[in-house]
Amino acid sequence: MKFSLAEASANAAETDYLIAGFVAVSAAVLAVVFGLMLFYVVRYRHNSPIDRGQIAERSFRFEVSWTAATLLIFFGLFIWGSIMYVRLYLPPSNALKIYVVAKQWMWKAEHAGGQREIDTLHVPVNKPVELVMTSQDVIHDFFVPAFRVKRDVLPGQYETLWFRADEVGTYHLFCSQLCGTGHAAMIGSVVVLSDPDYAKWLAQNGTSDTLAQDGKQLFIRYGCSGCHNDHGTVRAPSLVGLYGSPVPLSNGTTVTADDRYIRDSILQPRSRIVASYAPVMPSFQGVISEGDLLKLVAYIESLGSENPP
Amino acid sequence: MSQTAALNERIASPLGRPSYLADGVTLKSWLLTTDHKRIAILYMISITVFFFLGGSAAALIRYNLIVPEGMLRSAETYDRLFTMHGVIMVWFFLVPAVPVTIGNFVLPLMIGAHDLAFPKINLLSWYLFIAGGALALYALFAGGVDTGWTFYAPLSTDYAEGNVVLLVTGIFVSGFSSIATGLNFIVTIHRLRAPGMTWYRMPIFLWSLYSTSVIMVLATPVLAITLLLLAFERIFHVGVFDPRIGGDPLLFQHMFWFYSHPAVYIMILPGLGVVSEIIPAFSGKELFGYKFVAWCSIAIAVIGFFVWGHHMFVAGQSLYASVVFSMLSYFVAVPSAIKVFNWLGTLHKGYIRFDAPMLYALGFIGLFTMGGLTGLFLAALAADVHLHDTYFVVAHFHYIMVGGMVSAYFGALHYWWPKISGRIYPDMIARAAALLMFLGFNLTFFPQFILGYLGMPRRYHSYPPEFQVLHVLSSAGATILAVAYLMPLFYLTWSLFRGAGAPANPWDAKGLEWQTPSPPFTANFAVTPVVTEGPYAYPTPGTSQPHV
Repeated sequence: MKFSLAEASANAAETDYLIAGFVAVSAAVLAVVFGLMLFYVVRYRHNSPIDRGQIAERSFRFEVSWTAATLLIFFGLFIWGSIMYVRLYLPPSNALKIYVVAKQWMWKAEHAGGQREIDTLHVPVNKPVELVMTSQDVIHDFFVPAFRVKRDVLPGQYETLWFRADEVGTYHLFCSQLCGTGHAAMIGSVVVLSDPDYAKWLAQNGTSDTLAQDGKQLFIRYGCSGCHNDHGTVRAPSLVGLYGSPVPLSNGTTVTADDRYIRDSILQPRSRIVASYAPVMPSFQGVISEGDLLKLVAYIESLGSENPP
Repeated sequence: MSQTAALNERIASPLGRPSYLADGVTLKSWLLTTDHKRIAILYMISITVFFFLGGSAAALIRYNLIVPEGMLRSAETYDRLFTMHGVIMVWFFLVPAVPVTIGNFVLPLMIGAHDLAFPKINLLSWYLFIAGGALALYALFAGGVDTGWTFYAPLSTDYAEGNVVLLVTGIFVSGFSSIATGLNFIVTIHRLRAPGMTWYRMPIFLWSLYSTSVIMVLATPVLAITLLLLAFERIFHVGVFDPRIGGDPLLFQHMFWFYSHPAVYIMILPGLGVVSEIIPAFSGKELFGYKFVAWCSIAIAVIGFFVWGHHMFVAGQSLYASVVFSMLSYFVAVPSAIKVFNWLGTLHKGYIRFDAPMLYALGFIGLFTMGGLTGLFLAALAADVHLHDTYFVVAHFHYIMVGGMVSAYFGALHYWWPKISGRIYPDMIARAAALLMFLGFNLTFFPQFILGYLGMPRRYHSYPPEFQVLHVLSSAGATILAVAYLMPLFYLTWSLFRGAGAPANPWDAKGLEWQTPSPPFTANFAVTPVVTEGPYAYPTPGTSQPHV
């Protein structure tokens, strides 16, 4: 039994301050509302002989200022909450990237070094960690109360979430979007390890191949290398140096080649064609699983970027 | 109906006309009636049945959560229970409770009309409601549905077992009942006001019914379209929401909340209206800031259409959308805050009596304020990231929906009961029920705020053991709440047979509905009344002594 929640991430304490701010302002408003209500109903009960004096003045000025003052205070809290949210939305560029695939009813995590785990996520302390998440079936939600972070995990697209754990320990991981019968069983834990322990964990759970190396084999097996090779750019653009760089499209716009763009281009190649190329690539929708997609993305990422950050 | 028949023999209208209750005693005279008052009774009986069905599901939910592993062995059963609770309470109790049931009875009386503008459509509304309700109940009891009342895709369209299509058909059909009633109310308020009943002489309850009706007419069709698309995808595998077949799951959430957020105001606006009637009546004083309160109803209805995205801050909508929806959500809180302020202003220098309706209204002010303030926590983006989809949200909307709206419904029922039934209920026991409801409610739902902050997610059949103490407290509160809800069922029924006859105006309240006999005769008014003053023309404090 406990009535407090661990603050185990960089933004946990600030989220708590924000919530405490709301509690304080709400308590003040409630004190005024309940206080006035109780005071009036006692003082002006029907059989009280107290002199009511003249009719209460309809002071619109009082009404407007009372409302405006409250709104202003809450507006301050709105701005504070929004700034924190924007920060939570944009992961730092040096974040350690871990891929998460959710399915009814388990969490699968794939580390860059090829380590895999189910319903557990090992992360190093004091390092920003970015999760790239997708679902194989329905909508799930990745929620770690101790980190004060939460994000829906949707099928058919990547959602990202980042945090920086700053306390070593084991914390609850909950699915917080109803996903069917096993929803309440879709819980796991996030294990925050010190740097040496994390290195040890990586070494013990390492496989022969990293995620990118697996991806390279898939790149050949699915036939991608037939066109996207390093030797010619006749039928398809080379993918070397693609990741993170701007891509001019045939419709005149430009997109950044991030995880989402690469995934979409594998599944729906005709939706965004690179300028000066013919739309000849077939769709791999339904052919490549979410797990293999992550490996391909990791491989393409490993081919480097022209504009390193 | 035999109860009513027995009652009829003893009711004789003071003017020698039969009361609406005595005007025909056959089953047919009830089932084919076009009298708005009788239709209100039909609704009242139906929603009472729905309320106790939805309440029983809630009781089983709280029973399950007493122990961490779940008292009910199966998660399937638990998921079906909370879906049943949500669907019944939202669409078959809260939406029709105050607007359709109480509104049907008092709206024509309040404007001095003989009936609604379209009495036959009014009866049709009830039949649509019953048809939709019967379909939904069949779907819920013959197998059930486990998607929750929100039917998020693609869970509902492609993965969930059960009678999803049948259930959404039931909701779809009952939606037409809402639309027809909304239209009927709008036309009635525009066309059938008594001479001298200008817009600013209308009681606030009518302003809130008008706003509610506008939302019903505009938002319910969007729900109908959403549910239709859902059924299409489920039956014919047309890719609308499921990304595997080319759909977009966020589209479902946008469409669903475009209805369901305004629907929150369908449920709460009439409650705000009821409280704005009860507070002046039992303070013996004019409503403070009448025009502010009236226009706040309209403002809530309008702004309420632009905040649906605040349900989706962690769902994957764009950053900019989230910031804008968050800001708009603060604006919708303003008119609600103004109303609370004006109720307090009305109490000031009043002659306050503590009859049961007033206790419900005072309880409403407190609980609605708490529900509103905790809504502001959830409207703040970073706070919502932590609190979203936890018990904090559950507690927040139950403070508005149960602490607010159900209190308002019971307040309205106790306020107009003498008019509806022609009988006086036992006062002390009614006050005791009101107090018990307030205490039981807080014990049930306050611990859930803490549970939510600690990270307990919604819709969990089982949970980690550290949450147990708070869950047990909540379940204990639910027991008290259940007793408090059963009490009116008994003493109000008792009053039908044994209660003293009610005078025309038992509360010394203003308003045209109190100028007809209790219960009114079928045509409401012998002569169409002429209105010469505002709705709350109580004696001004300091000028004369009112009644004691």
